[in-house]
Amino acid sequence: MDHTPGQSVFTRLEPLLEQVSKPIQYVGGELNSTVKDWDCGGHGPGGEELTTRWALMYPDAYEVGVPNQGVMILYEVLNEREDALAERTYAVWPDLEALMRSEGVPQFTVDAHRSVRDFDVLGMSFSTELGYTNMLTALDLAGIPLHAADRTDADPIVVAGGHAAFNPEPIADFVDAAIVGDGEEAVLAVTDIIGAWKAQGRPGGRAELLLRLARTGGVYVPSLYDVSYLPDGRIQRVAPRADASGVPWRVAKHTVMDLDAWPYPKQPLVPLAESVHERMSVEIFRGCTRGCRFCQAGMITRPVRERSITGIGEMVERGLAATGFEEVGLLSLSSADHSEIADITKGLADRYDGTQTGLSLPSTRVDAFNIDLANELTRNGRRSGLTFAPEGGSERIRKVINKMVSEEDLISTVAAAYGAGWRQVKLYFMCGLPTETDEDVLQIAELAKKVIETGRQVSGRRDIRCTVSIGGFVPKPHTPFQWCGQLGAEETDARLAKLREAIRSDRRYGSSIGFRYHDGKPGIVEGLLSRGDRRVGKVIEQVWRDGGRFDGWSEHFSYERWMTAADTALADLPVDVAWYTTRDRGESEVLPWDHIDSGLDKEWLWADWQDALDETEVDDCRWTPCFDCGVCPQMGTDIEVGPTGKTLLPLTVLGSGRDAMLEAHAH
Amino acid sequence: MARQRVPEGPAPAPAVQKLRVRYAKRGRLRFSSTRDFQRALERALRRAGVPMAFSAGFHPHPKVSYANAAPTGTASEAEYFEVSVTERVDPESLRAALDEALPEGLDVLEVVEAAPGSLADRLQASDWVIDFQGVTADELREAAAVLLSHERVEVTRTFKTGPRTFDVRSALVSVDVEPSKRPDCAILRVVVRHTTPAVRPDDVLTALRAVTELAPPTPPLVTRLAQGPLRSATAGVADPLAADEDADGA
Repeated sequence: MDHTPGQSVFTRLEPLLEQVSKPIQYVGGELNSTVKDWDCGGHGPGGEELTTRWALMYPDAYEVGVPNQGVMILYEVLNEREDALAERTYAVWPDLEALMRSEGVPQFTVDAHRSVRDFDVLGMSFSTELGYTNMLTALDLAGIPLHAADRTDADPIVVAGGHAAFNPEPIADFVDAAIVGDGEEAVLAVTDIIGAWKAQGRPGGRAELLLRLARTGGVYVPSLYDVSYLPDGRIQRVAPRADASGVPWRVAKHTVMDLDAWPYPKQPLVPLAESVHERMSVEIFRGCTRGCRFCQAGMITRPVRERSITGIGEMVERGLAATGFEEVGLLSLSSADHSEIADITKGLADRYDGTQTGLSLPSTRVDAFNIDLANELTRNGRRSGLTFAPEGGSERIRKVINKMVSEEDLISTVAAAYGAGWRQVKLYFMCGLPTETDEDVLQIAELAKKVIETGRQVSGRRDIRCTVSIGGFVPKPHTPFQWCGQLGAEETDARLAKLREAIRSDRRYGSSIGFRYHDGKPGIVEGLLSRGDRRVGKVIEQVWRDGGRFDGWSEHFSYERWMTAADTALADLPVDVAWYTTRDRGESEVLPWDHIDSGLDKEWLWADWQDALDETEVDDCRWTPCFDCGVCPQMGTDIEVGPTGKTLLPLTVLGSGRDAMLEAHAH
Repeated sequence: MARQRVPEGPAPAPAVQKLRVRYAKRGRLRFSSTRDFQRALERALRRAGVPMAFSAGFHPHPKVSYANAAPTGTASEAEYFEVSVTERVDPESLRAALDEALPEGLDVLEVVEAAPGSLADRLQASDWVIDFQGVTADELREAAAVLLSHERVEVTRTFKTGPRTFDVRSALVSVDVEPSKRPDCAILRVVVRHTTPAVRPDDVLTALRAVTELAPPTPPLVTRLAQGPLRSATAGVADPLAADEDADGA
């Protein structure tokens, strides 16, 4: 078919949209979205293209992908450059996929409906490993060979990012490169390199470009590294290929130090379609040093870097004016830990008094929460639910995971919440933590009963409720638990069944406690993908060929499909699913992600793992001396926290057009 | 000891003016659903700074009422809603501000101050134009004649409550084939009375397929040109905001 690069495929897509559910998700045109000229960067004297074009994919459904802050930030940062353009693409549902295959419509961007294969880079943001099969669907629909080795100069460079990219080995066959850490500066640096290579007339083709990227030390190109194995299946060594000169042994993560210099997104996207987060989000700090041992996000995003109170105020003001959202989410890994959180919430609540604008703190630690904060959050808007995450049921297991929350803290916090008028509190826990026994998990039931009892006393009502939400723990790379064996699916389910029985059987409290749990099977697949190596790529491909799509959605996920595929794909190897998931690793084992440098010292992680087994806690280095995790010296970074001592001044906010509209002024 | 919770703070400011708004749903935004539009509108009202009136209670909602929206996938030049405000506004200024705040393709065409009388009662019929690709005018004319020759043509559509069978023919006020500029295209103009359940353009197409051989190779493009009071003498649809404009002028 005749196709000019960069040309819209919308006329071919449009008839298909009549036949699919929720077509609005495929049409783009969201408020604050951008479409740029395909040749916005112009041409060099010899006709060389001077435009670097990114297709950014969040490999899940549009409703999940469109509010993603990472993609939104990169989209805006890239589009602000005159010599670059960025468009977004998402996973299409199976109904549209089938029609696109039969009608020959390629994977498209929602902005200008351009074919994804026409772009220079396809950037994939993996928040979770369960998006890997959707990546293969997108590559296949785009007409891009699944395997990086089969791609030609006519194909984009496929780059993985996001937290899951901290172990890119399971998708090493499918991606050309992986970039770990903060993306803002990294995408600009990569754009510079690609732009220069194109301006020179693309010397040496994609091989040369990948080599240039790899030599920066901040871009991992899997094809430039060889992996060798021991007879028992463990990795012997991961090393740069002999012919890959100048390529480093380890690839470093990227860290943005001054968050106030990067106030993105400035113009958040406002979708017409319903999405999972219907609010405007402002990231108030990045990183977390609480040191919860299960938490990959907290480990790989160190150190803590706060946005200033005034920077936050400006982003909220500009963002609300640009979007019209009725809720502002103050995002971070533990939002109540910002050094000036009280002034921020009070200042914002004052500013938006009477405007029906709600505030929310999506991640709140039990010990940092207090009644003033709770009241500021509900002053102008709707009272959304409160969620606390003690994570572990017993004091002992909370020491193992270093979640330093005492039962007393929890009870006094929920008492404050019930006293302030909340009727419902959600408690989040994990099952299958290292050293855990049935007794640790059954403690969750006791804790929930105490919460209800306290709530009844404080509120004087019997209709208060709490919901216990619990999921299976999946050990993640770059954490102290990267060596531990995961609890099997059956054992997880058995433990959860005992907990449910313990809650339900108590007639005084049972009906006031809701119980929500996720069975253990998806966790095993997530565990396989999280701590897998290059050999797991064959499993992913087999699952996809067998029809695997949207693995994060229970209605599409099939445990049996994954297990069958693993049996086939790993048949000739000394490893299997249990080897990757439930097996304990030794200190000297080469882990598949050891050559990806998250800044954390492997020796420190091992020592912290030993401390966990001894039930020894470690403090937060924001307020106590350094524990030598390794990040700051190695990355040349430092903790960046307030307080600044500044406050938010009152503003005339929202609807500056209002005066012009009023009848008294109109004539 | 149990105390009843009441919303804190003063009661919401009362509404002082009600406005009726006509807007169009064009281009790729024809794929937006009623709920998609509602979300976009509430955000646009806030962005534009419209002094919206809110309902009272723990979950205040803007006082906006929606009337008879066109189905997802159909374009329209005649969609309507009403919005109440706490301070009197100039309708034309509100129109311009709201149009600016909505995405391109959701275009605000006309705003008038509401006069007494229900808007919903005035929306008695719709005038649809249906664009067929790959169908000749003669084929379409023949199919339309066959459809009109039946006294009843029943179709079945799935509702939230399950499948329901209803007559399409009795809701049809007029069915005409209009000249098209291209020979492989044909245009059907249909005036449909609003009944319960509503007969939608896709029901008319289902009915056509049921009684004729008509099989368009691609889904036809459907646009609502107007909805309003039915003028039985001319089988036409009148402007539902005319009465409000007359009252404004008086």
